[in-house]
Order: sequence, then structure tokens, then C-alpha cells
Amino acid sequence: MLTLLGVAVVVVGFVIRLNPLLVIGAAALVTGLAAGLPPLVILAAFGKAFNENRYVSLLWLILPLIGLLERYGLQERARMLIARIRHMTVGRLLLAYFIIRQITASLGLTALGSHAPMVRPLIAPMAEAAAEKELGPLSNRQRYRVRAHAAAVDNVALFFGEDVFIAIGSILLIKGFLQQSGVVVQPFDLSVWAIPTAVLALLIHGARVLLLDRKLRREMAQAAK
Amino acid sequence: MITLQFCYVVAGLSFASYAVLSAFDRSNSKRLGNTAFWGLFAASFLFGSYLNDWQNGVLVLALIALGGCNLLGHGKPSTASREERQESARRKGNWLFAPALLVPAITLLGTVLLKNVQIGAWPLLDDKNVTVISLVIGIVIALTVAVVWLRPPLLAPLQEGRKLADMVGWAIVLPQMLASLGAIFALAGVGNAVGEIATRYLPLDEPFEAVAVYCIGMAAFTAVMGNAFAAFPVMTAAIGLPLIVHQFHGNPAIMAAIGMLSGFCGTLTTPMAANFNIVPAALLELPDRNGVIKVQLPTAGLMLIANTLLMYFLVYRF
Repeated sequence: MLTLLGVAVVVVGFVIRLNPLLVIGAAALVTGLAAGLPPLVILAAFGKAFNENRYVSLLWLILPLIGLLERYGLQERARMLIARIRHMTVGRLLLAYFIIRQITASLGLTALGSHAPMVRPLIAPMAEAAAEKELGPLSNRQRYRVRAHAAAVDNVALFFGEDVFIAIGSILLIKGFLQQSGVVVQPFDLSVWAIPTAVLALLIHGARVLLLDRKLRREMAQAAK
Repeated sequence: MITLQFCYVVAGLSFASYAVLSAFDRSNSKRLGNTAFWGLFAASFLFGSYLNDWQNGVLVLALIALGGCNLLGHGKPSTASREERQESARRKGNWLFAPALLVPAITLLGTVLLKNVQIGAWPLLDDKNVTVISLVIGIVIALTVAVVWLRPPLLAPLQEGRKLADMVGWAIVLPQMLASLGAIFALAGVGNAVGEIATRYLPLDEPFEAVAVYCIGMAAFTAVMGNAFAAFPVMTAAIGLPLIVHQFHGNPAIMAAIGMLSGFCGTLTTPMAANFNIVPAALLELPDRNGVIKVQLPTAGLMLIANTLLMYFLVYRF
């Protein structure tokens, strides 16, 4: 039970908004000590894990490409593109991106999307442009809310789309784990039973992004009074 | 063969260049902090495979100290003005999207086509990591295309990359740090302790209670660990298999599929899932680190209710 102290450190650290790196360091130390590991063993285990997980950080290699394209007007071009489309609103744009992201993820194409390559340079500026085209200049709060929604759409569509594909990591993990425990399931069955949740996610989150349109409109009307 | 090690060298060199460029950036009063941080991160990529475990541990401690004590600033290399960007966007047109879209295109092609390609007896790519390696190849090709087409000043790609890296700051190492914390949790047996609590103190006598505790437990445990993959084996071994499947005769495929998706509801709510929640807040320059999480909370709550009900109505029926 003592090993859960580290979990408590994480929860408290994030709630009182300490720097996450310090929280992680403290949680690792507390967890290790509670499990009876000497500090140097904890340090070595943490170093080993950090080294083995370096592939997680390879995505950052994309920053020079995105920065270079932005220098030559990528975000501005994304805005221009949206400004030309009639009847475009933030909600409709985000709903369209949601559908594309969810369908491609459910076909196993999870690489199409994500925050550094897609949301920051394209989807977020498009969403801002769509809102400004309809409603005029946004307040800073509204601008940040629209950007946060752009990021959220990417996450929700990915999470509730990818499991419909039979060879995605989580499906393979499920199959492997159940097999170890003597229960055989087919990846196909797992992916079929992910479909009801995928549909509900589209309905629930789709409704929310369309409501964002309404909310922004109402705020603008109030601000005009 | 192109291996992960090759990708690490590329990443190491680019972060090393950020370290050097930071050192000369007089616009950043904390430039030495940036140099040390990016330099150490570069060293991890370049030499990590040759260091022993505790040397890597010391390197991580130094990264935590630099990032945790707020010793990094924001470099502001000279760049194109707003007007220049607008003008360039008008002139280059929609072709500007091409290099950005080339990356996922090449990643996909690489993953699908290059998986089993061999040159002589040697596979072209290390087949355990085909997707990640294809991504790196895609980035390198797209960047080369963009540089040849746009003919930017020599250092511009690295300077623009450094500017974005400084903007994200220490959060760049957060996903990797959290993955490492997960390893420590696993080593110390945190998962088993959580499973024990769930089975000992929670009501599990009815089929609906078992489903509700399993789904909500998946979400809560995922929120703590930042990763549904860590929560799934623990919760499924503690509740899913013994109660829902064996005692109440539920369908294991439905239990597992919807259980995992309940875990994803937890992922939407937690700063521990840094690459989904905290990193985009930094990339989009939101003043609130939890801005993305706040927008996701209502969806996460509704989807958790939806998953629990779905599982209850489906798992005992098919």
C-alpha cells in the first residue's frame, strides 16, 4: 500500500500546480523508496527507462519543418483558404476535421494528424479564421478557447477512432493480455465492439463543437450591447 | 539498415544545434539555461546508448533541475514579419501545404511498403520500429524539399525549429519523463496495489456494479498513470476477468474493447498524458497549461457514462 504514496505525490503536485518535472522526480523517488529501493537503484532505473523511451521524443524533429513553412506563410495560407469557403463556421470546420480524423484513424492511418504537424500550423489557424470571418475579431479568451477546441478534436477523434482498426497497439495489447490469461478473443471482435463508442463520440463531441458556434455568437451579441 | 539509433543521431544533432544557437542569442537573458538544457537532451540522443544506467539517471536529474527551476528562456531569432508572411502566402499559394502533408504521406507509405523490403540479406528498416523510422525519414525528405524550393537563409530551418522548441520549453521532455515514471511505478508494483484496493473496498456483488467499477476504475487509474495501456492489465486482472467474464458470464471481447475505451476517457482528463494534453497547450501558446484538458472534460465525462451503459447493456447479452 505504501507504494501508492508516489501516486499521491503526482495528484497533489498537479493540483497545486508545481512544475511537472519536479513532481515526476519527487514521485519517482517516493515510489521507489516506499518499495524499499535504494536511491541509486531508483536513479539507475529512471535513467534506463528515460533512455529506452527516447523514441517518444523523435516527433520533435518536425519542428524545423513546421517553423520554416510558417516563416513562409503556412498559417496565413490556412486562414486564406478558410476565408474563401462560404458558410464556414468554427463548429462546422472542427466537425469536418473530427470526421476525417476519426475515419482515417479507424483505417489505421493514425499518423495523419496530431498537434505539431497538423493542429498548430493548419487546424488552429483555420478555426480562428472561420470564427473571425463570421463574428469579427475575437477576444483573447475566445481565441484561446477556439485553439483548445482544435487540439481537443484531434485527441477525441483519435482515441475513439483508432480502436476500430484491428492492428492498432491497444487491440494487440488486449489480445495478448487476454491470451496470457487463457481467454482467446479475435482482434476483429474487439474492433467491432469499439464501433458503438466511436459513433457516440462523434455524436457527443460533434454536438459540442456545433454548440461552440452558438456560444461564441451569443457572447458576441452580448459584447455588442 | 536504418535503425532507431540513426534517428537518435539526427535528433541529437538538431538539439545540439539549438544548444549552440541559443548560446549566441542575446535576446534571451536565460540563454545559458537553454544551451545547457538542449545540450543535455542532445547528449541523451547522441550518447545515451553508450552511457550506463546511472549516468543516464544523472543526465535526467540535470534536465529536471534545469526545467524544474525555470532556468529556460525564450530565444527570439530574427524571422519574417507578418506582412512578409502574408505576401509569401499569397505568392506560394496552396503549395505551402505540400511539404507538411508529405510527412504523414511518407510515414504511411514507409509503414506499409517498406516493412519487409530487404537490400541483399539486410532489411532496409529495423522492423520493430518501422512507423517511427518512417516518420523520421518523412520529416527529413519533406524538409529537404522545402529547403530546395524556398531557398531560405542557411540557418533559418534550425533557427525556426529552435524558436518553437524554446516555446514548448521543458514540456518537450515531459512525455518521455512520464513514460519513465511509469516504469518506476511498474517496478514498485503500484498497479497491483491499486487493483487490491479496487477489489477489497468497492461493491462488486451485482453485474452492474462490476461493470461500473471496472469502467470508472479504468478511467481513474488511467488518469493517474497517464496511459490506458498501464491500467488495462491491472483492472482487467482484478475485476474484468474474474467478475464480469467468469462470475457473471459476460462477453470478454466486449468487456475488453469498451474497457480500454473507458480508459481513454481518463486520458482526456489528465496532465499525466502530456503529449496529448500539455504539449498542445504549449504549442498553441495557451496561457493556461490545462486549457486543452478543460475543454475535454465534458466529453470525457459523457463518454465515460456512455461506455459504462454500453458495456452493461451489451456485455451480458452477446
